[in-house]
Amino acid sequence: MSAEIEDRLKALMVRGQAGESAAWNELLTRLSKQLRGYFARRMEPGSADVEDLVQETLMAIHRRRMTYDANQPFGAWAYAVARYKLIDHWRRGRIRKHVPIDDVVDWLADTSTAEEGATRADLDRLLATLPKRQSQLIRDVKLSGLSLAEAGAKAGMTEGAAKVALHRAMKSLTEGRAL
Amino acid sequence: MRTEDLIATLSQDLKPTPSVGQKLLRPAVAGGLIALVLVAYWLGFRPDILRAWAAPMFWVKAAYTGLIALAGFGCTRILARPIGEPWKGFVASLAIFGVVALGGTIQLAMTSTFDRRALLMGGSWHVCSQNIVILGGPILALTLLALRTLAPTKLRATGAAAGLFAGGLAATVYGLHCPEHALAFVAVWYSLGMAVLTAAGALLGPWALRWR
Repeated sequence: MSAEIEDRLKALMVRGQAGESAAWNELLTRLSKQLRGYFARRMEPGSADVEDLVQETLMAIHRRRMTYDANQPFGAWAYAVARYKLIDHWRRGRIRKHVPIDDVVDWLADTSTAEEGATRADLDRLLATLPKRQSQLIRDVKLSGLSLAEAGAKAGMTEGAAKVALHRAMKSLTEGRAL
Repeated sequence: MRTEDLIATLSQDLKPTPSVGQKLLRPAVAGGLIALVLVAYWLGFRPDILRAWAAPMFWVKAAYTGLIALAGFGCTRILARPIGEPWKGFVASLAIFGVVALGGTIQLAMTSTFDRRALLMGGSWHVCSQNIVILGGPILALTLLALRTLAPTKLRATGAAAGLFAGGLAATVYGLHCPEHALAFVAVWYSLGMAVLTAAGALLGPWALRWR
């Protein structure tokens, strides 16, 4: 979030906390766009859950709006709420969670340049030598840009466990065992 | 429901929000009063309560448990928000406990082996921690209820902070009943009661504080 947007949203938030409807409406509208991008980047493409998560997060932000302190950065506050909702979503869905093969194919096909394609193919061969759990973790954290807490929740681990598992995975990669 | 409609609904009739501090102060006052009523009608005030005010040990005990309550409240208030670093309060609590534990150890070391047991066990060791836990139960429950309307994201730590606060407040109120005056006794049995409430909060946190 740029400093300009941050300041603008923060001002709207403070006015919303004071009970100003117009400011609150504008804030939620702007946030819904940001949140849609945030969730879309972290979900399977075209997932119907994205809009659900946007709405759930807007409701959480609305109901818990008194917990924003104007001394704190607003973006960090809003994304902390979004992240809680995302992790909660993954935890709830764990029973029926699976990694669809389409997802991996999409990801492999997502090669903007030939060079990048070659790199990706190498990387994929490398990751394939790791246990599935470890390679998924590397993909989530190092390639998709999820946080440790998010990737952990997706895999059904705590943040701490994800950190340890990722460390081990990276270690076995760099030790050349995988090559 | 379309997202625009949801936003329109949410921004109708917007009310100014109370502060997080106010939200948490309410259960603290209510829970503290319940503990006070329990001491008055169930345990009874210590018989020498009117003279005890003049004794330094009465205030040392109150300072120990009161400071723990303050640190716990501070942690809870920070953890009630989705971002923020609460660890200072936990570290402060440990440091306060460390000072009291050190004092208790010195007191024991300066006592003859024969009297040590009496100093450590006092006359009420078997009920002290348990009574503190009972007095703190309502405070913990009310604090957790209030936290459900706030936005904690570290649920276990938040529960522990609420337990630490409940323990400190309950132990402070319990000091109005308990006539024990050995620092060694307080360091063990008061601390144990507060620790049990902290652990209870940590156990309950992820379940009780999960956002609906």
